[in-house]
Amino acid sequence: MSAIILFSAVSIAQLMLAAAMAIASLRMFRGPRAQDRIIGLDTLYINAMLLLVTFGIGTGRVIYFEAALVMGMLGFVATVALAKFLMRGEVIE
Amino acid sequence: MMQSAADMPVWAAIAVAFFLLIGSGLALIGAIGFLRLPTFYERIHAPTLGTSWGIGGVMLASMIFFTVSSGRPVFHELLIGIFVTVTTPITFMLLARAALHRDRAEGNGNVPDKPNRSQPAGEDLGESDPRKG
Amino acid sequence: MLPYPLLTLLLILMWLLLNGFTRGHLVLGVLVAVFASWAMASLRPDKPRLVKWYLLPKLFGIVLYDIVKSNIAVARIILRSGRRSHNPGFLTVPLDIENHTAIAVLAVVLTSTPGSAWLEYDSNDRTVLLHVLDIDNEAEWRDTIKNRYEKLLMEIFA
Repeated sequence: MSAIILFSAVSIAQLMLAAAMAIASLRMFRGPRAQDRIIGLDTLYINAMLLLVTFGIGTGRVIYFEAALVMGMLGFVATVALAKFLMRGEVIE
Repeated sequence: MMQSAADMPVWAAIAVAFFLLIGSGLALIGAIGFLRLPTFYERIHAPTLGTSWGIGGVMLASMIFFTVSSGRPVFHELLIGIFVTVTTPITFMLLARAALHRDRAEGNGNVPDKPNRSQPAGEDLGESDPRKG
Repeated sequence: MLPYPLLTLLLILMWLLLNGFTRGHLVLGVLVAVFASWAMASLRPDKPRLVKWYLLPKLFGIVLYDIVKSNIAVARIILRSGRRSHNPGFLTVPLDIENHTAIAVLAVVLTSTPGSAWLEYDSNDRTVLLHVLDIDNEAEWRDTIKNRYEKLLMEIFA
């Protein structure tokens, strides 16, 4: 009983997060301006992080949590560097 | 590896499913809004749905699941939650300031050019020329 | 000896959350946290002074409640955005708080709440430029920022 509930909830959640990732990458390709693409990238990695956590719930392994943490940190640094580049034209002043 | 989930109590499974669906549903709504809203400054509000309670719901579900299935309290998902709540405002603020800077430099008339003067936002902000950017 | 006791404590807590609680990791975490707080002291950030720290849970609760409320509001706006039911706009709010930490906390709170985004702070005029998704109740936004958050933050970081 609880296995069925968990399995269907995890599957639906994964489908929704995958759809969110597809939409975010659509906005990333469509633009229209650079700041829209960067926010698209930001949304994409956050949804990918959530997808990894749901994989962790589905398989019962803790290793996905660490992958999600690393992904969040690298994504944050990447987005900040890109935003800084948009503002000044260079990343390190 | 669903055999550990099979001997989970039903209330825990329902709680995990509830928070998981709320979290991923909010993330999906945020992404849809991100696609549908017309201007950049409106779009910046949509992904915060995913980064506030979207993350919160999925993290709560994961915490409940691992706490019940391993029989000891597991809280390390809180770290991702805290990390994301602290960092996303920083990226959004930087991006919004970069967008303001670019719009002012290019003379798109729809942004307030000084902080002490406020004007209503236009419909097609930053999208007058799709070749830009 | 310990320039930032709260930071040290939080770093130890984070180390234990990441690695699981064992006695060895406690020792290692204390070492890492003490060295990290010394490194932080050599950076010399301006130290925030918490006056009424017991009001922090109240602020946390208020923010959590407001985030839930505005999540629902923004989700509703997005799901029926075909009818253009909202009216976005910029909003300039004068601020009274001067403490940099308090301003940073206010910025994080306002940006992580869906429906309002902090764009820039002008330290000459001490005004902040916000963008809100639904500007129809502009007076309510100002009232929320001034009376609900700013008053509490001024009490916490006097």
